Amino acid sequence: MTDAGFVVAAYAVIMGGLGLYTLTLWRRLVSARRELDRDDEVR
Amino acid sequence: MKTRILGFVALAAVAAMTAIALFVVPADLNQGDAQRIMYPHVASAWLAYLSFGVTAVSGILWLWKRDLRWDALAVSGAEIGVMFTAFAIWGGMMWGRPVWGVYWQWEDPRLTTTALLLALYVGYLLFRRLTDDPERRATRAAIVGIVAAVDIPIVHFSVEWWRGLHQTATIASPDRVLNPAAPMIFVGTLLGMLGAFTLAWGYLMIRRYQLARAELAREEAVRIGRLEAVRRGVVRSEATR
Repeated sequence: MTDAGFVVAAYAVIMGGLGLYTLTLWRRLVSARRELDRDDEVR
Repeated sequence: MKTRILGFVALAAVAAMTAIALFVVPADLNQGDAQRIMYPHVASAWLAYLSFGVTAVSGILWLWKRDLRWDALAVSGAEIGVMFTAFAIWGGMMWGRPVWGVYWQWEDPRLTTTALLLALYVGYLLFRRLTDDPERRATRAAIVGIVAAVDIPIVHFSVEWWRGLHQTATIASPDRVLNPAAPMIFVGTLLGMLGAFTLAWGYLMIRRYQLARAELAREEAVRIGRLEAVRRGVVRSEATR
């Protein structure tokens, strides 16, 4: 493969970034829902 | 449950299209293997437009309907759009170095207006942090989102209006994707990656919107809690300070 470094760098950052963002988003969502549940319990 | 299924379908589609783009499609005659970067690059650019378009339209609908769900959709579009714009820029740079000989050229109108687009929506996200009042924040953000969206057609048509390194339109061009003589393997992979990324975008938009709604509900709960506390005299109100 020619220019393999550029191809790997492009795909690694884009696909890795997509995966990382999805994971982070999922954790943020779980955390936000947990906070809401805690508020409901307090009330 | 449906959103989870969409997530799995999107994951499978992106994985399959990545494998096809990297290992099945032949290298381009002129660009060699660097051309493989075009598949996620074009898909990311398309989704950046779509995301910021959603932000602008949601901003207009917030100003019209005064329903904070539109603001939740607007911030979802902006955050996801920033990510896809960054991917488009990164992919373009990794393709540009072997094909053009440079990572970046500020004289190129497409590159510069895309960098401006990224800066505008990063600014939009930072701007939202200036106030805690949800309605004031939504109104200010809607105006910024609508004004920033003016850059979307400028980015898109910059390759037609001005000369630069960047090629003219890929998808809508009768010389490229729409050309009946264009090899199906290249066109099919490009459209397949576009579809796979759009599925992933749909999943992320739903999840980000759910997060924005949860954050709004949390803000509301905190506000109500504070009002109750003020009423009971536990916390001094702002007016008494």
